[in-house]
Amino acid sequence: MNACQWLVSVAAATAAHLVAQTPTAPAWQHLGGGATVRDASTNAFSMPAPLLSPAERRAFVVGNSFFKQNWVTAPASTADRDGLGPLFNARSCSTCHFKDGRSRPPEDGEADRSGLLIRIGVPDGKNTDQPHPHYGGQVQDDAVLGTRPEARVVIRTQAIEGHYEDGTPFLLQAPEYELVDPAYGELGARFVLGPRTAPQLIGLGLLEAIPAAAIEALADPEDRSGDGISGRAHHIAGQLGRFGWKATQATVESQTAAAFVNDMGITSRLQPDEVLTATERAHVQFASGGSPEIDDATFDRVVFYTRTLAVPAAREVTSPPVQAGREHFVAFGCAACHTPQFVTGPVAWQTNYGEQTIHPFTDLLLHDMGSGLADGKRDGDASPQEWRTPPLWGIGLVPVVNGHSRYLHDGRARDLAEAVLWHGGEAEAAKERFRRASRPDREALLAFLRAL
Amino acid sequence: MLHRCSTLSPRMTSTFARCSLSWLAVCTLLGIARAQTPAGEGVEPMTALRAAVVQTHTARCHALYSECLAEAKAMQTAIAAMLREPSVASLATARAAWTKARFAYCRTETLRFCDGPIEPLEPLLNAWPVDEAYIDYVQGNATAGIVHDREHFPQLSQTVLTVANERSGEANISVGWHAIEFLLWGQDLRLDGAGDRPFTDYVVGKGPDADRRREYLTCVTDLLVQHLQTLVTEWAPGANNYRRRFEADDQAAIRRMLTGALVLTAFELAGERLAVAYETKDQEQEHSCFSDTSCQDFVADQLGIVQMFQEGTDEAKQPGLLALIAAKDAPLARSLHQQLEATLARMRAIPSPFDVAMRGADDSPGRLAIRAATDALDAQAELLSIAGQVFGFELPVHPGGR
Repeated sequence: MNACQWLVSVAAATAAHLVAQTPTAPAWQHLGGGATVRDASTNAFSMPAPLLSPAERRAFVVGNSFFKQNWVTAPASTADRDGLGPLFNARSCSTCHFKDGRSRPPEDGEADRSGLLIRIGVPDGKNTDQPHPHYGGQVQDDAVLGTRPEARVVIRTQAIEGHYEDGTPFLLQAPEYELVDPAYGELGARFVLGPRTAPQLIGLGLLEAIPAAAIEALADPEDRSGDGISGRAHHIAGQLGRFGWKATQATVESQTAAAFVNDMGITSRLQPDEVLTATERAHVQFASGGSPEIDDATFDRVVFYTRTLAVPAAREVTSPPVQAGREHFVAFGCAACHTPQFVTGPVAWQTNYGEQTIHPFTDLLLHDMGSGLADGKRDGDASPQEWRTPPLWGIGLVPVVNGHSRYLHDGRARDLAEAVLWHGGEAEAAKERFRRASRPDREALLAFLRAL
Repeated sequence: MLHRCSTLSPRMTSTFARCSLSWLAVCTLLGIARAQTPAGEGVEPMTALRAAVVQTHTARCHALYSECLAEAKAMQTAIAAMLREPSVASLATARAAWTKARFAYCRTETLRFCDGPIEPLEPLLNAWPVDEAYIDYVQGNATAGIVHDREHFPQLSQTVLTVANERSGEANISVGWHAIEFLLWGQDLRLDGAGDRPFTDYVVGKGPDADRRREYLTCVTDLLVQHLQTLVTEWAPGANNYRRRFEADDQAAIRRMLTGALVLTAFELAGERLAVAYETKDQEQEHSCFSDTSCQDFVADQLGIVQMFQEGTDEAKQPGLLALIAAKDAPLARSLHQQLEATLARMRAIPSPFDVAMRGADDSPGRLAIRAATDALDAQAELLSIAGQVFGFELPVHPGGR
């Protein structure tokens, strides 16, 4: 060590010491602005935003009760919550969003398969997929008594070997999906499958409150800036898509209604019809739980609940690895899509959600993520290779809340490092910088991600 | 005989009396603290007071869980006796033992929501509302639930029932207080009383799958006792346990205490327990819906909160959380003390059974009482959030909803 290096290291040690002595936490630790809660427990994803009024807290808990409860087959004595199915993936929202958190794909031989649902479609040879003639847009692998589920999914994985630049090997798992036991007719040869896990639901109202103009300003579909990152807004009937793995839903309301009808078979004012194909209608007898099955007031509360789940504060924000990792996050190029900061605009449904400085680490735009992640399924205008940048807030708490560390749209990544390594396409260069980085630098980046 | 809100046990009354007494003690203590704290020298006594408050709290936590464990063991004995000789009388005794143990447990609920040892165990102890058809038969489905499902549950054991808990959703509850409650009372299908599961459900050869139900009840009762034992161990003095780690950081300890009280007040009691039932009028959303003892739960929960702010009950009369708040902001402590009492009175005023009180017109006495209790809890939450602000804590409710 020469004198200069020594001085630098002393200065660094002193700085670290000062940080430890006077831990002035940076503002970004409040990832969700005023909708941030300091909770790193198993309940971390389940807290209401602290800025709600008592009456709003009430709406939140009532929404939560319907979020958790099981829907039952109609007709039932509990008229408030009947109408399940006839075909469904889950009996309650919390089946997949357990503790408002993230689901994972089933392990080999695991009976409970509710963590992963499968979208299905038939490419029309142009730019979109048509619903499957017999199975529609989603495979429902459960059904009410006396009705057959559509099909079962079988997952096989293939190992992909790789290594970091420093020689450290890694092993990725590439999943393949097959449908077996189709109950309503031939699957045919041309269908495509889109497996999807459920993400943590924190901060959705904040994402909804980001002004559309702020998101559109980041779009660069032709990559005029020449940085290799394009980014494309997904417009749904003229509105900016923000939610879902492919940004197919513009609002929390429409996302919630879609989940009710597709995943649980519950109709609502936005989705008044059961999603059954003509083939299925010919085979399935069922009783309706009302028209719609979830009444407007209850639906609105579930939407309010989903909008106002608080974002847990970042942890360890003054620790040197996390601070270094945050710098690498920018230097590697992650922040080019995982946008670190927005200021929200006013929303009609809550008075305090506007003008919040938030750190969601997403631009909500579609990006080409390469062929490795593409599963062949199109959604709206989004190509198989395009995915919406997911927000990163809360990813470090998934192991605490949900007891696993499966990431990406189908949960193929078994930890955060694997999730980074799966990045391709526009993110190839950033991924490569991570892969070529020294072990301490990689560890620092992961420490930063775990702090979120 | 079941506890009812209108017939409080002597212990509940005496606890309330202690609550009023403690305020005098706080004032006395404050006087001393002020006398000894001239301007600029406030740090030392404040630190000492804080440490003393934390000690009071940990001693109380241990005492509360110990009492709860003792009551749960009494319930375990009563349930074993009922299974030996099922009868109307032995089932009634088992139910009474559940009710008594349940009261002791609810007084510990303010220790939840702040990352204590209860957190990982809570889903196994107190998850609700129960989808009862996940456990046993219900009206309209005589073979529902794990009790009858020999195909998927060929062997019942503590492990099997633990793994089944909250599988495929948060309503699929297989263990804990409310599972035992359902097994003792059955569905509450009447408005004029609690569930009335017949004792013959536990007579092999009479009740369908009685052998399985007996096994189930024994498993979940034993599990409950084990989990409570874990909590007692974690709060025991002089051991390398959670209590030691808790006491090691006074500041964090005070933040945890306030957080627990605030979350229980603002989200759990005002929200999950009262507002959801009030808004939905759905009996399923009643906390202890099978036994009709929800009102006892409300009072016990609030008593637990009140107690946390009081001085210790041993001879030393160690200061409680209210004394610490008073040392920072005496008027706030006074308001909070008054509000804690007012809320307790409002909780006691909810007429039992709760499933009757929550129904009817909005101007019915029951619904008015629930509204008043909810408003009192909101006021309590506001003061607790202000107290958090006084200490510089970031709590899950911001004062004034900002």
